[in-house]
Amino acid sequence: MTDPVVSALVFYALATFTLVAAGFVALSSNIVHSAFALFATLFGMAGLYAFLSADLLAIVQMLVYVGGISVLVLFAVMLTSGLDDTRHSNSSTRLAGGIAVLLAVTAAAFVAASAVPSGTESAITPTTALIGDALLGRFVLPFEVVSVVLLAALLGAVTLARGVKGGDR
Amino acid sequence: MTVGLPQYLVVSGVLLALGLFTIVTRKNAVAILMGVELVLNAGLLNLVAFSRFGGGLDGQVFALFGIVLAAAEAVVALAIVLQVFRAQRSVDASKASDLKE
Repeated sequence: MTDPVVSALVFYALATFTLVAAGFVALSSNIVHSAFALFATLFGMAGLYAFLSADLLAIVQMLVYVGGISVLVLFAVMLTSGLDDTRHSNSSTRLAGGIAVLLAVTAAAFVAASAVPSGTESAITPTTALIGDALLGRFVLPFEVVSVVLLAALLGAVTLARGVKGGDR
Repeated sequence: MTVGLPQYLVVSGVLLALGLFTIVTRKNAVAILMGVELVLNAGLLNLVAFSRFGGGLDGQVFALFGIVLAAAEAVVALAIVLQVFRAQRSVDASKASDLKE
């Protein structure tokens, strides 16, 4: 972080890695490749968080996204697609509309970002203790509510995945 | 060659565009969910970047809640996809138009 050239190089390497992996998610014709590319994208995002000095968030991203959600997605891919058709399992439609959306949003991002002032980097401080304080201080109500949401999601997912008791599967 | 807020916003915007592309073009419901994850990550990157450049710590706390809600969303959505697959032997989002067999 001391040398601006080195930090810029690290940033561009991380950003390129993340975006290339995201491109694979969007364009690969094999859905298993897409799932593994999503894994790489989320990994790169954790790197970007670490580079933004959000240390706790980088770890949480690794635990929840890389270790949890992407494995879940991989399970869903392998449970729902017959393995004989994986090579073309990720067929695309409406490519013209998709490319239009891609170009429009990318252009809008460049235009919007060019209007934003560069901002001043705040000093690098470990954030874990501060976020813990905030979660049990100002954000204690959302913190408690989100635990109820997680419980509801857990029960809902189990109920849905089990299917109706006695009903036809 | 300094890295400031605009660079992060561009990365996040391209990620958002790729996620929307995935959502618009895919037929497979699981692939559409991958696109949703990309879009969510683009939003979270924005929050963390704004928190780094001039904002307080609130952006990071918000991103933390976003990650938790994304996990809940993914779990429920994948359970629904699995159930749709059991009922119809297909995860084609354009064919899944019935709530019940």
